[in-house]
Amino acid sequence: MAEIAKNHDYHMVEPSPWPFVGSVSILIMAMGSVFWMHHWTPWVFFIGLVGVLYTMFAWWSDVVGEARAGNHTPVVQMHLRYGMLLFIASEVMFFLAWFWAYFDGFFRLDDVEQYARVVATGGVWPPMGVELFDPFYLPLFNTLILLTSGTTVTWAHHALLEGNRKGLRWGLVLTIALGALFTCVQVFEYSEAGFSFSGMMYGATFFMATGFHGFHVLIGTIFLAVCLIRAERRQFTPENHIGFEFAAWYWHFVDVVWLFLFASVYVWGSWGVAMHH
Amino acid sequence: MTDTAHLEAHATGHDSAHDYHTPTGWRRWVYSTNHKDIGVMYLWFAVFTGIIGGLLSGVMRMELQEPGIQIFRGLADMIYGVDGNVALDAGKHMYNVFTSAHALIMVFFVVMPATMGGFANYFAPLMIGAPDTAFPRINNIAFWLLPPAFILLLMSLFFEGTGPGALGFGGGWTIYPPLSTTGHPGPAMDFAILSLHVAGVSSVLGAINLITTIFNMRAPGMTLHKMPLFAWSVLVTAFLLLLALPVLAGAITMLLTDRNFGTAFFKPSEGGDPVLFQHLFWFFGHPEVYIMILPGFGIVSHIVSTFSRKPIFGYMAMAYAMVAIGFVGFIVWAHHMYTTGLSLDVQRYFVAATMAIAVPTGVKIFSWIATMWGGSITFKSPMLWAVGFIFLFTVGGVTGVVLANAGADRALHDTYYVVAHFHYVLSLGAVFSIFAAWYYWYPKMFGYMYNETLAAAHFWIMFVGVNLIFFPQHFLGLAGMPRRYIDYPDAFGFFNRISSVGYYITFVAIAIFFYATWEAFKKKRSAGDSPWGDGATTLEWTLSSPPPFHQFTTLPKIDSTNAH
Repeated sequence: MAEIAKNHDYHMVEPSPWPFVGSVSILIMAMGSVFWMHHWTPWVFFIGLVGVLYTMFAWWSDVVGEARAGNHTPVVQMHLRYGMLLFIASEVMFFLAWFWAYFDGFFRLDDVEQYARVVATGGVWPPMGVELFDPFYLPLFNTLILLTSGTTVTWAHHALLEGNRKGLRWGLVLTIALGALFTCVQVFEYSEAGFSFSGMMYGATFFMATGFHGFHVLIGTIFLAVCLIRAERRQFTPENHIGFEFAAWYWHFVDVVWLFLFASVYVWGSWGVAMHH
Repeated sequence: MTDTAHLEAHATGHDSAHDYHTPTGWRRWVYSTNHKDIGVMYLWFAVFTGIIGGLLSGVMRMELQEPGIQIFRGLADMIYGVDGNVALDAGKHMYNVFTSAHALIMVFFVVMPATMGGFANYFAPLMIGAPDTAFPRINNIAFWLLPPAFILLLMSLFFEGTGPGALGFGGGWTIYPPLSTTGHPGPAMDFAILSLHVAGVSSVLGAINLITTIFNMRAPGMTLHKMPLFAWSVLVTAFLLLLALPVLAGAITMLLTDRNFGTAFFKPSEGGDPVLFQHLFWFFGHPEVYIMILPGFGIVSHIVSTFSRKPIFGYMAMAYAMVAIGFVGFIVWAHHMYTTGLSLDVQRYFVAATMAIAVPTGVKIFSWIATMWGGSITFKSPMLWAVGFIFLFTVGGVTGVVLANAGADRALHDTYYVVAHFHYVLSLGAVFSIFAAWYYWYPKMFGYMYNETLAAAHFWIMFVGVNLIFFPQHFLGLAGMPRRYIDYPDAFGFFNRISSVGYYITFVAIAIFFYATWEAFKKKRSAGDSPWGDGATTLEWTLSSPPPFHQFTTLPKIDSTNAH
């Protein structure tokens, strides 16, 4: 790292290859996904994916290294907090699109202009012939899992603040285990579904919203697992651990999205209709 | 800015150039973590894509110069090697591909990279007294994602669209289903969708970087209420990007699954709703048009103030007018959808909300005029562009108020009146603000002064040209000429011919722009640190031209009396 004569606490980041390498990888992945979707070859996509994953690993390794080198001064940590919050805000807007699609079916089910749709759905939501999950069976179980995981990650956080390594470890291990359990239950539930992603719009909105959420649970679980590894390597101190904080924020965000999904898609959306156990 | 701060910033600015390891060669650009280098890359990218987007519209204007189909039939013959009626059909499709590509390129790859990529990256940190942006690597990936997105869009032009022999996507930049789903089964649409995904990721990352920079890296003493208006405009715009683009990403992801994985989001026969796409698209699309114009508001405020030698009139009102425009921009989207069967109550709401935008916009227009009022005005080329912006944007704003009326829109929807309206606010408003910024900051960015006569000639010829293109389109629209058609009845011939002549005049103006830029680089007239005199009070003028590789190694201090 070059010596920099500066009289401020900002981090003047050294030139880095990862933005360019990542961009090229994304181009390959995007082209590859078209090739795959049009049944030419899946391989281009996977080559791009490997590039993207490698870029993420290398880039974030650099960030961790910079943190340990002392570049993350208080003002830089504040940058990172802003950045993470804004990223989560953009994710919220991404989820808004799925909720909007779901509520479009929910509320606009008998518009006179939407003749063809009314014919298809019978003018009801969920559409005629769609058998739903009982929200108070597996979905409720999953809600409890996620809420519990929210408390275990807070336990880990408090343990970290008090320098209690054992508490940090077990809090994280439990959170990761609960996250994995949630994913397993969700996979089992999907396999039992009485409707599918393709075909009727209900399945599209259901699987898109819950699937996108499930994908976020997976990312959050990996994020927490990385934090566990870093905790075991003693990279977190009671004062400096924004990586852990961000994993916790992200986990809570995923938790809150689930509560909205549970309330609106599972409970409200199935009020008074036939259930599938 | 006080004199001491001025000197301090100046001195450290020069010193720092020696202390840093300045990267050289291709690594300086490809691996860049420097906001000014990244800003310059964005600008040259926008110049390059602007040539392509501009040439596409040129072929369209040549086609529309006379009634009948002349250009595209031959083009299809030439490119696809087909003839007869096949060439005619392919030509019609190709015309639609050109309109779609022109719009997408101009919106995502010219205006946004130039304003939020180029000028915002380069000048927002300078104006707030920051040494760089908050996340330099994210800044760089935000730029480097754009060439891949552009490549994907260009690839879409050469893959099958509607069917064999009809290449590219021709459904307009609004990509409504079913034309963008079952209407274009080929890979062209998938490439276009993924191009928008990648461009969207770029914009969201850029927005996160700029918001964090502006919130967290202002120089000591620079409160939000002392921050230059351009930084305000960038802040508001970045929030619009952050909150609007993910919704588009969701919408086009649903398009992608409808196309490739059998989902029914937009298929009525399976319970879906094509109007849902329009809601999602315009929930993004309306903030998007403000994303294109808001940085221009900031730019024009500085130029008007500089060349009137007066502080901007009504600074606080100007800043919060932009916040208000940004906020209201999120709750007016369905005024693009009056003809989709919205209930009358919904239409009434959207009429009222849309009209309300005229209030903060009026605050801006009148404050610019009040800034000039009693000022000692010099009409240097940046000021010409800024005043041209105010005039043209006002014309576009006024026709916007007409179109806000659901009743009037019944007749005008999808006519050339709409085309004239949005080109007045965008290709005349936003693009004029980009040229204003270019001539205002060119000496700062490159250290050279351009030839004022050439810059003024560029302005006057372009002003005449673009007005000739777009003013007659109001008449065409009122007379009922629909947009997105390759041909029209003879009765529309006269104004179409004038419109095409306007394009050729604009073409000459753009040629002068390139010549003026080349001339300035060749002659290397030193511009000096602050070529615009006492009216230019923002921090970038305290630095050398071009500024040192890393500026403000000692942060400037802003005192309580400072102007914006």
